[in-house]
Amino acid sequence: MNVEQKWTAYYTILIREVLRFGRIWIQTILPPVITTALYFIIFGNLIGPAIGEMDGYTYMDFIVPGLIMMAVITNSYANVVSSFYGSKFQGNIDEMLVSPVPNWIILAGFVSGGVARGMAVGVAVTLVSLFFSDLHITNFLVTFTVALLTSILFALAGLINGVYARSFDDISIVPTFVLTPLTYLGGVFYSINMLPDFWQNVSLLNPVLYMVNGFRYGILGIADIHIGVSYCIILMFISLLVSFSMYLLNKGIGIRS
Amino acid sequence: MTAALDIKDLRKTYANGFEALKGISLSVQQGDFYALLGANGAGKSTTIGIVSSLVNKTSGTIHIFGYDLDTQREQAKAQIGLVPQEFNFNVFEPVGEIIVNQGGYYGMPREVALERAEILLKQLGLWEKRKSQARDLSGGMKRRLMIARALVHQPRLLILDEPTAGVDIEIRRSMWDFLSQLNRAGTTIILTTHYLEEAESLCRNIGIIDQGQLIENTSMKALLGRLDTEHYVFDLERAWEQNELLPNEHCDFSLRDPTTLDVSFHKKEFTLNQVFSYLNQNKIEISSMRNRTNRLEQLFIDLVEANKA
Repeated sequence: MNVEQKWTAYYTILIREVLRFGRIWIQTILPPVITTALYFIIFGNLIGPAIGEMDGYTYMDFIVPGLIMMAVITNSYANVVSSFYGSKFQGNIDEMLVSPVPNWIILAGFVSGGVARGMAVGVAVTLVSLFFSDLHITNFLVTFTVALLTSILFALAGLINGVYARSFDDISIVPTFVLTPLTYLGGVFYSINMLPDFWQNVSLLNPVLYMVNGFRYGILGIADIHIGVSYCIILMFISLLVSFSMYLLNKGIGIRS
Repeated sequence: MTAALDIKDLRKTYANGFEALKGISLSVQQGDFYALLGANGAGKSTTIGIVSSLVNKTSGTIHIFGYDLDTQREQAKAQIGLVPQEFNFNVFEPVGEIIVNQGGYYGMPREVALERAEILLKQLGLWEKRKSQARDLSGGMKRRLMIARALVHQPRLLILDEPTAGVDIEIRRSMWDFLSQLNRAGTTIILTTHYLEEAESLCRNIGIIDQGQLIENTSMKALLGRLDTEHYVFDLERAWEQNELLPNEHCDFSLRDPTTLDVSFHKKEFTLNQVFSYLNQNKIEISSMRNRTNRLEQLFIDLVEANKA
């Protein structure tokens, strides 16, 4: 395949993915928007005033970046894991496997689909947050790149989960028992400076902490972690997951007998 | 001329230790209509899976129109269209989108894929359903959708794994016509089927796989020529009367019911013309006749039984 043909193949997978989650927007776009709006109402409006300021911001302003990032993470992951496993379950992953499209384009197509949904939900949640918070973005470039890279990272993680999944239970176990705890304990609702030293150090082992703080730095200009460290950690995880995903696809693990 | 498909010493052992293929070698020439037959679990689908890159081989080499599937993977895969045994499309996608997307995976620009999709959907009688979700199609339509999808990129080698399973006779006949036309236009076709009548009427060459080995690889004519006994069923104009027919040392006659006569004879000793002459002499009038069993079916059973022995 020449470059133009590869681009066509990539674009086809991406459009197919976007149409897939677009067709079922009531299941894919709307629920995270409603859930996040409830977070804003309960934690921001009702409980927030009792908590007071955090790192110099109202509690509502403090949690907005984390909640947007949480929506980006969960939706990037959910899109790829459900789409990839769905393709395996129905067998239509074979459409790509029999074609000459290289594995790296299959990977790029699925991940881009996850990023498209993650970013679409991120934008929708950001718009909802404007009803609750006077949002000002301190550094747009940092905000956008951290959101994009985080979305890529979790889309990759979703693909790996999809490769190994052998039942619909397997695609919900990781989000429920790994992703949600990591996100909730990743500084979405609090600053790790509030924690005792031991738990601060434990929190530093959580990769989500670096993403939430990088995003919060982009929006509010404050973070528990240096922005350079956040970028390094995110890029390191992306490199690891890209390598592992390519290994799985090239070996045909979970998709070829 | 380079073979359309050249397989050498293909072996496959699954992770559970099951040896599905035990060193298969076969060559399918360009323009051929080739039948790959075998009982369930014989290794047909594994062979097809490996050729179409859905199954990893243990060892062996595969060349598709001269392209090595290991070292020239993209070029080799671009030559193949696959119609698998099971329905394997996204049932929630519209029919037209399934075809166009498949073209996209082969690098076809969207406008070209749309044109090809229109041609194929019209040829296969699915044009009116192009906007319907695939799950709303009937079984026969789903089979035809898979054929259209496999042909969108105009493959030189079309592999069909039981393409007419579960479809009614009318659709099966129309699919046979379509595949015959496609073959006459130059597409090499490999067909697996359990309908041996289908293989006999469509295919020029045949391979029989049994227990992971290719036990036969020859022309259909040569294979059928090996059948030395013919079995026919004659429907009689009037009811048979006992002892009406004189015994014949070259031909066995037995009565199934008063108006149905089974006839068996060795081809080397007797001919169908002689059977008719003989019945005519005995004033037995025939209203219709048919083969008692499919000829290929008889050979297939004989070969598989011999391999087991």
